[in-house]
Amino acid sequence: MSKNKVSLIKEFTKGLWDENPVLRMLLGLCPTLAVTNSAINGLSMGLAVLFTLTSSSLIISIFRKIIPKEVRIPTFIVVIATFVTITDLTLAAKFPEISKALGPFIPLIVVNCMILGRQEAFASKNPVGRSIIDALGMSLGFTLTLTVLGAIRELLGAGTIFTLQIMPESFAPWMIMILPPGAFLTLGLMIGAANWINAKVKA
Amino acid sequence: MELFVIFLSAVFVNNYVLSKFLGICPFVGVSKKLGPSLSMGMATTFVMTMAAAVSWLIYYNILLPNNLTFLKIVSFILVIASLVQFVEMFIKKISKPLYNALGIYLPLITTNCAIMGVALFLVDKQYNFVESIIFGFSAGVGFTLAIVIMAGIREKLELADVPEYFKGAPITMIVAGCLALAFMGFAGMI
Repeated sequence: MSKNKVSLIKEFTKGLWDENPVLRMLLGLCPTLAVTNSAINGLSMGLAVLFTLTSSSLIISIFRKIIPKEVRIPTFIVVIATFVTITDLTLAAKFPEISKALGPFIPLIVVNCMILGRQEAFASKNPVGRSIIDALGMSLGFTLTLTVLGAIRELLGAGTIFTLQIMPESFAPWMIMILPPGAFLTLGLMIGAANWINAKVKA
Repeated sequence: MELFVIFLSAVFVNNYVLSKFLGICPFVGVSKKLGPSLSMGMATTFVMTMAAAVSWLIYYNILLPNNLTFLKIVSFILVIASLVQFVEMFIKKISKPLYNALGIYLPLITTNCAIMGVALFLVDKQYNFVESIIFGFSAGVGFTLAIVIMAGIREKLELADVPEYFKGAPITMIVAGCLALAFMGFAGMI
């Protein structure tokens, strides 16, 4: 029992750092780069992925024994696409500003390789509880990374975090950080920093 | 003229990889060598053009008249997945050399968000049929351009003295950032 408990916690925390989808596995990079021009956009994208990934993992894990092996990928894609549609329509109805800011990147969650990857690597092979824990851990890792990335870019590009003024008035915003090149540069530096921290921790 | 503007805009100004961030996975994954990245670019251009045509037809002839637009995401992804499968079989049948050049990259294209992106953007921008095909084709050309430039830089980068923790993905991202900066220079073109 206690062993099981420990490994459940591990299942959850591995997504936060050891197997962080963005920083360690380089999955789901398109939304990571595209929507993180502010912390709030990063957070909303993360939450949208959290909902989609957890629900798809739940469904796939329940049906894992009856899905024929040959058609598993199309099955996963249809399940994911269904939940993405739900997310897309819900956001458009309840949070029109967020839906507008994220634009076509909400429908594009369907081709986020991280979600398909989790179904293939985990949910289709593990019991329901474990799959949900895994999905939650992974998507929280994803959300955290996106929020941090968004916060860094927003801080340097506009002097704010979550639209709160942080930098002094005299700070001249680095426009480049909220434009596309800033996304690549910041993510590159973050992955490099993650590699460095990992090497230091292991040593 | 209109068509030419669409072409220029998709290749340079709104380059799919460097300013819309679509197709980043193959951009990072397959850009190690010049040859394979050119093949990947060609395969993507081919599928993109086909996908643009087919998803336009499906959206305006089946989904819209029947009020089924909420099935947009599901039907586009199915169209793309089956199209890729079909293209693969077709190429295998008619041209062995082309299949050998593109073959292994075709299945990867299904999860390339750039293809899905083209399908979604052409609905978003309300292009007509011809415009959609041109749009799909030029987005593919833009993707090829970006990935080929990237591969050229990465081949040189192999010889460079990169800090240890920045080898691989991080330096690729930073180089992509510089490329994106350069491509921003095209913004005034249109």
